[in-house]
Amino acid sequence: MRLFLIAILTIVVFPNESVAMHIAEGILPFKWSIFWFILSAPFFIYGLRELKKKTSQDLSFKPLIGFITATVFIISCMPIPIPFAGSCSHPAGTAISAIILGPAISVVVALSALIIQSLFLAHGGISTLGANVFSMGVAGSFIGYFVFITARRLNLPLVVSGFLAGVFADWATYLTTIIELSAGLMGNTTFLELFNKILLAFIPVQLPLSLIEGLMTAGVVSMLYKKRPDLLIKLNILKEKEA
Amino acid sequence: MVKLFLIFTLIIALLNSFVFANEKADEKWKGVDEVIIEKIAKEHGREPSEPIINTEQGDLLLFLFLLAGLLGGFAMGYYWRIILEQKRL
Repeated sequence: MRLFLIAILTIVVFPNESVAMHIAEGILPFKWSIFWFILSAPFFIYGLRELKKKTSQDLSFKPLIGFITATVFIISCMPIPIPFAGSCSHPAGTAISAIILGPAISVVVALSALIIQSLFLAHGGISTLGANVFSMGVAGSFIGYFVFITARRLNLPLVVSGFLAGVFADWATYLTTIIELSAGLMGNTTFLELFNKILLAFIPVQLPLSLIEGLMTAGVVSMLYKKRPDLLIKLNILKEKEA
Repeated sequence: MVKLFLIFTLIIALLNSFVFANEKADEKWKGVDEVIIEKIAKEHGREPSEPIINTEQGDLLLFLFLLAGLLGGFAMGYYWRIILEQKRL
């Protein structure tokens, strides 16, 4: 506890420059852009199959996809000012889509949001789309979902599980972005050297931002619990006795 | 103890905001995506290229962000209403 408080204080007293995800057009070398496209493709194809399967089984799933996609789109392009860091960054929102729709469909949701952002909002890029989909869609969704499921199996309350999923999905997204940048840009420096440099720049903004992401995820899960607990039971998120 | 710590942290954070606002006025509140990633990329010989559709012209980007928020917000509200209506069916 004391160590945690010291860490928080250090970040506040010595603010640093910070970075965020959504790698811009042309930042990654061509071979790395292709690499991340190839790595993301199977997840996207699997996500599309899941989407088709679920929507054909249950038509009521479609409005939920529309609602969650719009939510992820807005959240992932909403810059939030972080006073400690003196700069803005944005959450990813993929923990919400992973919990509600499943991690595979969440990859498709992330891709949809990222394409519009890179084409019309100068946010991200088409050449770096594979890398951005992998960090936000794949890493964020699967880690967020895994944390949520684990927390539920440990009998943690729904809202707490949602909060933890949001926090860890955010960290997973940004850690993957650091890996992508370090691998693509290392040049003469070592991978670890660049990784640590970017990681240190990330912490002041990502630590508070991940808490915001956790609160957002918990908020959406809680809202659905209050308004449509039957839907959460149908999606296997909630047990009948908890409703 | 924790309460005192939180108050102290908040005061330090607010003071720091003012100090750094003067020191780095140009960089204050800039999107970190561009400021640092692009900076590190430049240090390593990579320059960001122009977006395929360049919307960073005057207030065009501001308009598009507003439009995206408007349409996204409308879609959220529309589908949320359907989700609530499904309950009544």
